[in-house]
Amino acid sequence: MSENREFPVEFHAQIKGLLSESEIPLAWFAPDLDSRLHFACSLVVLTNRGLISVQPRPQAKHHAFSRSFVSKLLRRSKKGDTPDSDRVFKTWLLTSIVSLRATEHKGIGTLHLLDTSHLLCQWKFTASQKNNAHRLVERFLDLKESDKEKADATLSLTETTTGVLLDYAPAAAPPPARSLFRLFKFARPWTGMVILGFLLSVGSIAAGLVPPYITMPLLDKVLIPYQSGKTVDFHLVGWYLFGLAGASLLAWLLGWARTYVLAWVSERVSANLRTITYTHLHRLSIEFFGEKRTGDLISRVSTDSDRICYFLSVHLMEFGSDVLMIIMTAGILLSINPFLALVTLCPFPLILWLTYRVRTILRRGFSLGSRAWADMTSVLADTIPGIRVVKAFAQEQREIGRFQECNARVLQANDRINTTWSFFGPMVTLLTDAGLLVVWIFGAWQVFHHHITVGVLTAFLAYIGRFYARLEAMIRMVAAVQRTAASAHRVFEIIDRVPSVPEVVNPIIPGRFRGEIEFSQVGFRYGSRKVIDNVNLKIRPGEMIGLVGPTGAGKSTLINLVCRFYDVSEGALMVDGIDIRRFSIEGYRHNIGIVLQESFLFYGTIAENIAYGKPDATRSEIIRAARAACAHEFILRLPDGYDTLTGERGQFLSGGERQRIGIARALLIDPAILILDEATSSVDVETEKEIQRALENLVQGRTTIAIAHRLSTLRRADRLVVIERGHIIEVGRHAELLEKQGSYARLHRVNLEMAQSMAQG
Amino acid sequence: MKNFHEKNDEHHEKRDDVDLKEGFSLSRDSLGRLVLCDQEGREHIDVKPIRIFPISDPEHWVSICDADGNEVICIEDLHHLPGRVRHILSEELGVREFLPIIKKIMGISSRFEPSEWQVETDRGETCFILNDEDDIHRLSFYRILIIDAYRIRYLIPDTRRLDSASRRLLAHYI
Repeated sequence: MSENREFPVEFHAQIKGLLSESEIPLAWFAPDLDSRLHFACSLVVLTNRGLISVQPRPQAKHHAFSRSFVSKLLRRSKKGDTPDSDRVFKTWLLTSIVSLRATEHKGIGTLHLLDTSHLLCQWKFTASQKNNAHRLVERFLDLKESDKEKADATLSLTETTTGVLLDYAPAAAPPPARSLFRLFKFARPWTGMVILGFLLSVGSIAAGLVPPYITMPLLDKVLIPYQSGKTVDFHLVGWYLFGLAGASLLAWLLGWARTYVLAWVSERVSANLRTITYTHLHRLSIEFFGEKRTGDLISRVSTDSDRICYFLSVHLMEFGSDVLMIIMTAGILLSINPFLALVTLCPFPLILWLTYRVRTILRRGFSLGSRAWADMTSVLADTIPGIRVVKAFAQEQREIGRFQECNARVLQANDRINTTWSFFGPMVTLLTDAGLLVVWIFGAWQVFHHHITVGVLTAFLAYIGRFYARLEAMIRMVAAVQRTAASAHRVFEIIDRVPSVPEVVNPIIPGRFRGEIEFSQVGFRYGSRKVIDNVNLKIRPGEMIGLVGPTGAGKSTLINLVCRFYDVSEGALMVDGIDIRRFSIEGYRHNIGIVLQESFLFYGTIAENIAYGKPDATRSEIIRAARAACAHEFILRLPDGYDTLTGERGQFLSGGERQRIGIARALLIDPAILILDEATSSVDVETEKEIQRALENLVQGRTTIAIAHRLSTLRRADRLVVIERGHIIEVGRHAELLEKQGSYARLHRVNLEMAQSMAQG
Repeated sequence: MKNFHEKNDEHHEKRDDVDLKEGFSLSRDSLGRLVLCDQEGREHIDVKPIRIFPISDPEHWVSICDADGNEVICIEDLHHLPGRVRHILSEELGVREFLPIIKKIMGISSRFEPSEWQVETDRGETCFILNDEDDIHRLSFYRILIIDAYRIRYLIPDTRRLDSASRRLLAHYI
């Protein structure tokens, strides 16, 4: 959840060398910028006696200290060198420090160290170090306060932060092969089938290897003696032919069963993977979807998992049987004639080496290719929903250009792969032919010297032909493996994401809330930007609060916090006196109804859309909700009433109609807390009045938080809260605030003037 | 969402009496218009009955709206109405609601849209033009709604009940 690194244990031991006897480190913090804001890592350690700062020498030439500095420090100290060769130490005694505080501006934090009259030192850091810096300051304050008491508590090595950060970096990217191996985990439910498939493979391959073996005695004992004029037992021919046919038939049957079984398993593995990915996707916070492109996510769940399925069902299966086949063939060859076998297998290592080389080139090519592909789908997913904007601004050519650009990148990436590939394929064929040639040369020589019979040579040629044919196919696998590994990695990237709104271990499952909401010193940071700062507000059950303020003031963020789309960074948000992080997310959200600026309608009927939050609602409940939302009568006018299908985004309904369906949807779940986020700002004033009527039904008996730009919308609010730059500026009733002549009065005046000028115009 | 309708079917018995207002009368005036006289004795001339769930539940839930489209009365179950009123209502609904039910698909002109469909419905044989594959909606697993080029809707209540030739024709689309 937090990227706050734990105090490295080894480092802990090392830094001790720099401390005096009874000194204990309490907190640490690694400023990652120097005074000119260049990246340079230093270290500040707070101990029970004072502050120690370790800094690189400013004149040091190699400014590439940056991140490796700490590790360098570590290595050096291990060797026992004098550590001050390229660093400077500074220490301040606790008594000499008067204040230590951290400030922030545009994502760059500064830690100020002051005595009574002077600035002693300053450290700059990026947001990544923010948590540690704040913790250091907190510890310092603790220390100052209860001087000795808390000072003895050593720095906890596994301490977790209380402030929730938005960083949730996934684990470091594993090598592609590991992604592939992880796929096996998903096959576990079907272990039995996998084993069956494997056994069938072994059987079918073994059966496939029998015919060349039979040709040996067929030639040596029957045909060749017959040709040279000896009498032979023709009865044997029948048996041999019967064996040939039987082996082929068996290989066909077993191969059939094997293909079926393995395809069956792989289909299930990939379906499982798709479900898991999609399920996990739903667990991620809204923020994740904000930063990822829709097209990219869709292609991960669909294309990438499909590619994995294809790999498992076709390539992996072939690969497995090829390996088995090669081992068995090699075994048979060795048992017939070890010397000839060794000669035959000569080109094999060469091919392996070549494969290894090509693999590296291909891997780069494929990951480039799949990224280019994702970019291309992203363009599609971007422009097709936004087609109205594209057309309205006559930007078709530009969008086509953008697509062509991406397409050209796909082409380029694929061209590069093909260049390697086109050389590689025939090269393997050449080597194969060389292998065959070697067998002919050697075999002919051996036959000539009567070391082997013609039958043995024929069998050898038959085996080796198969051997290299399969080897070639196996090498094609290389490409498939690389491609799939890249896909698997992309899928696992989603699965490995840790939700930034985590569920606690033993969540409270709430019933129906009374609806009391309390913001207590709530702060929220979006990346490095502080959006909400120290907000305190208590909302009584059933009260209606109107949030007012300029765009970007933090109104929507407050609402997102109440919905728990994000978690607070500081302070706590409590509902009915309990921190909302302690509730189960699902149970909590059941208590919340939300009407957004644009109500999204899913593909389905109107009735289904109204009942979205409560799929088992009865028809009369649906009708009642629609009536209360003033939607019933316009729905009756639709061609199929409540059974009318809405288009992909409910296109054929007007904005006001969609909005009223959204209100009915919120009404149906009968939430304790209601959130109206600009619910009426996308419709005309006439429609707004109608929606207002619907909203009045909705607000009844619920705690409501509403945002609106048109202040008239909020006239029913019990209290208005004016927010500016993340702070609450004013709270009060409409009349009270007007009297104050503050921000609200100003906003009100502007609103009024607008309405008047519109009336005149 | 898809199987929502099936689930809902169990809720018929749990009627909501608030919505069921009895004590009104329905008659036809000399111009052939429907006249509704409500509980308070007010007359509403030229009212229209509208099925609220014409596809998922045509036998229940009928709304009677006045000439301006405002609802006057909402009836949950037609069977609870006096016989005469019910007769007038079902007569009126029969001519107002047009949702042919496809019983057999005789032929589809082409595999690519627009295609002409020859069908046999409960209202006789007809043919219609399908403009777009997307106009074939799957309401639930076996329930299909087809919207033709003129936005006329055709219902297949259960694909399993079609004959095998029709099913084969439909299989290209669903």
